[in-house]
Amino acid sequence: MANAKEKGIIEISNLTKYYDGFLAVNKLSLSVKKGEIFGFLGPNGAGKTSTIKILVGLAKPSSGTATIDKLDVVKEIVEIKRTVGVVTEDSNLYDELSVADNLDFVGQIYGVSRIERKNAINGLLKRLGLEDKRDVKFAKLSKGMKRKVTIAAALVHKPKILFLDEPTTGLDVLSARILRAMIKELNRQGVTVFLTTHYIEEAEQLCDNIAIIVNGKIRATGTPKGLMSKSKTKNLEDAFIEITGLKEEKMLIDKGGNGSG
Amino acid sequence: MDKQSLMGAFYIALKDLKTYYFKPPNLSWGIMFPIVMALAFVLRNPGEISELAPGIIAMSILFASTSAEAIVIVFERRTKTFDRLMLAPLSVESVLFGKVLGGVIFGFLMSCVFLLGSAALMSVSWENLAFLILSLLMSALVFSVFGTFVSVYVKEIFDAMTLANFFRFPMIFLCGVFIPVSAMPAFIRPLSYLFPLTYSVDLIRFFLTGAHDVTDPLVSSIVLIAYSIILFYSSVWVLKKRME
Repeated sequence: MANAKEKGIIEISNLTKYYDGFLAVNKLSLSVKKGEIFGFLGPNGAGKTSTIKILVGLAKPSSGTATIDKLDVVKEIVEIKRTVGVVTEDSNLYDELSVADNLDFVGQIYGVSRIERKNAINGLLKRLGLEDKRDVKFAKLSKGMKRKVTIAAALVHKPKILFLDEPTTGLDVLSARILRAMIKELNRQGVTVFLTTHYIEEAEQLCDNIAIIVNGKIRATGTPKGLMSKSKTKNLEDAFIEITGLKEEKMLIDKGGNGSG
Repeated sequence: MDKQSLMGAFYIALKDLKTYYFKPPNLSWGIMFPIVMALAFVLRNPGEISELAPGIIAMSILFASTSAEAIVIVFERRTKTFDRLMLAPLSVESVLFGKVLGGVIFGFLMSCVFLLGSAALMSVSWENLAFLILSLLMSALVFSVFGTFVSVYVKEIFDAMTLANFFRFPMIFLCGVFIPVSAMPAFIRPLSYLFPLTYSVDLIRFFLTGAHDVTDPLVSSIVLIAYSIILFYSSVWVLKKRME
């Protein structure tokens, strides 16, 4: 286990991002250890996706710094992208291409050789139960299937770090379970995972460490158990509600539930 | 640009050709529009085919290279598939070069169709074939980069079509496609000199018939290359600015 002073594989310091005057990320600092599954939780609009966008080179920070594997996310982003896999919140592949052609194209632009691409695509389609869909156009797939193919696309080049932005949204129970098992397996193989999810049980089940972000600022970090103990709650969902300040909304829901029952 | 960047750009171009360019609506813009325009003029003056051929070929490149190019990036930004390219280990320059390359290949192929069609109807000097091909490629490059710039600059597909047509349609009548620039009223000519299509038509005319109307082929080549470089780096700048 890494000691406290050891530098993380992802280091973020005072990261700030404005979009047309709107403060999306506010002096955010955190560290993700190599080989862990890190949960990045927060309510809608908290700044999770904005932070990921900066880390993977889709946006530039307004100020602050971030490094991945000691490489600067602004100056050395092309090198970073070689080792990083990203599943964005949208299933963004090409409708006109088949599942296999989409994955092959992604492998091509990542510089994966033809043989490695073939092996990786066959392996991923098998693991995700998509073998019979390989020649189906992306447009013809269901939402859940599209999600699976998008996840496969992030893995074609065998990344060392995987960013997953709401990966199980739109997946059925079984597919979500398969994906969670896959995330754990990838992690056992040494892949560091940076995960955002709205499913708190998913974070509790998968994550070694969690950061909770509200209005672009980190409210709390720690292990799932540590966060529960800090907030004096019995489960991570209650800890999340306590930390994010959504307590009043929860009380209203509880009250409504009691009233109707 | 290193080997991986060049390969990445090449694969982006191949993907664009497959998904966007070789589709019926785009083929109709690339082929049908110049044919219809040419027919309108040829039917009026049947003997003028050799006069019209360079302009028709250049116009086919303009429409073929820009018809998809001007909307591809806007469309991919809307569907978020452009993020897929930006996530790859390629520089902004490489991604945009890939986009440009798709338009260049399609524009060049379309111009070959019109070149062969012209050759069947008139006597063409094939002595300068290498230079003729080079002039077609330079024309495809400048128009494809123009399409890329439009696509990067605007936010909506409708705006892309409006902006592209704002330049494309005046160019047809101002740049020597149907009426030689030298035959135009003097007050219009300075406007003609501003548009790259003028130099494209003149260059193709020179290598097709041995005579030029506007300027020396070297000057035309320099102007086309300069336009391509300026528009390409403007597109890179706009895209980088959007990420800030």
